[in-house]
Amino acid sequence: MPGDLISIFLNSVFAGNILLAYFLGMCSFVAVSKNINTAIGLGFAVIFVLSVTTPLNWLIYHYLLAPGALLWLGFPNLDLSFLKFIMFIAVIAAMVQAIEMVIDRFSAALYAGLGVFLPLIAVNCAILGVSLFMVERNYTFLESLIYGFGSGLGWMMAIISMAAIRIKLKYANPPYGLEGYGLTMIVTGLMAMAFMLFSGMTV
Amino acid sequence: MKKKNSALAVFLQPIWSENPINIQMLGICSALAVTVQLKTAFVMALSMTFVLSCSSFIISLLRKQIPKNIRIIVELSVISTFVILTDEFLRAFLYDISKQLSVFVGLIITNCIVMGRAESFALSNPPHLSFIDGLGNGAGYGSVLILVAFLRELLGAGKLFGIQVVPDFVYSSGYENSGFMLLAPAAFIIIGMLVWLQKVLTKGK
Repeated sequence: MPGDLISIFLNSVFAGNILLAYFLGMCSFVAVSKNINTAIGLGFAVIFVLSVTTPLNWLIYHYLLAPGALLWLGFPNLDLSFLKFIMFIAVIAAMVQAIEMVIDRFSAALYAGLGVFLPLIAVNCAILGVSLFMVERNYTFLESLIYGFGSGLGWMMAIISMAAIRIKLKYANPPYGLEGYGLTMIVTGLMAMAFMLFSGMTV
Repeated sequence: MKKKNSALAVFLQPIWSENPINIQMLGICSALAVTVQLKTAFVMALSMTFVLSCSSFIISLLRKQIPKNIRIIVELSVISTFVILTDEFLRAFLYDISKQLSVFVGLIITNCIVMGRAESFALSNPPHLSFIDGLGNGAGYGSVLILVAFLRELLGAGKLFGIQVVPDFVYSSGYENSGFMLLAPAAFIIIGMLVWLQKVLTKGK
């Protein structure tokens, strides 16, 4: 079992990187990777929100929505799993709001660093994507916790390395039309290739 | 947006000069993962167009009723309703494809294009124009998706829509499919190239 958890973790950070292998969270990735400090801030915020919402959505799915999950209320045949999209997105939006309020109340320094990024995260595809993959792959509660954290870490690694590369790219002199967005996508492709080399790694 | 909002302009702008993926850089999230095959890309483009145009229409109908400070959650619930409809439809009638698309139909909800159009267009324009705007953006998104999928399936598997198009004698003379095209990095690189191409083509206009 510990071996399973470790390979889920390693897979979600490297070979199954949520950004580089599944293209999730691209929008904020392209927009925010211009500056390394904001990239670090957003990275931590994503890790935080993913590690909270993924297990929370697991509980909601397995105790409210999955086929037969309402057995404890006396409805053994009810299947509400079609509601998972709307439920997950509501949980994510609510959690992001709640986290923002808690951080604002208890730590001004952390709020100054993370606060501005939290609203952005509610519509980050990576967050909803991880919750949906968690259902798709039938993870247990512990696995979903590890998977959420690992995906966040993988996303943060990708965005920080991208920000670092883009600082160097400022001094490059690409042909007309390639600068900015086009070049970012191609560099991301090269980075994805590097991350792909980790696939097949088992513990 | 800059010119008068005639229906035709609203429809055509997002297909080329305001293309959501290539120019506005929106909605790449769910775009690339489904482009390994033309079939999935095609279904994804249709689903996206449906969700986009219907939700823009409804949000635009409600635009005077929605209170400003809770508009995001109202928009999200309208969008998710249409996404759920699409997902149930695909699962009932196109089960194989819905298995391949897996989570990516659900991810239309958080696709920046849908939210972006709702915020920037549907909230300030009448329903019929919003509907057309949704159609146009769906078409713009879909055309990029289908183009990427066309290149990837052709070069990666030698097929189009699952039917082999590269003739056997080409293979026997030493040509091989490029397995790289089927992997994730190829999609990033193709999109990068397309952006480049479009910028060069529209240079000076």
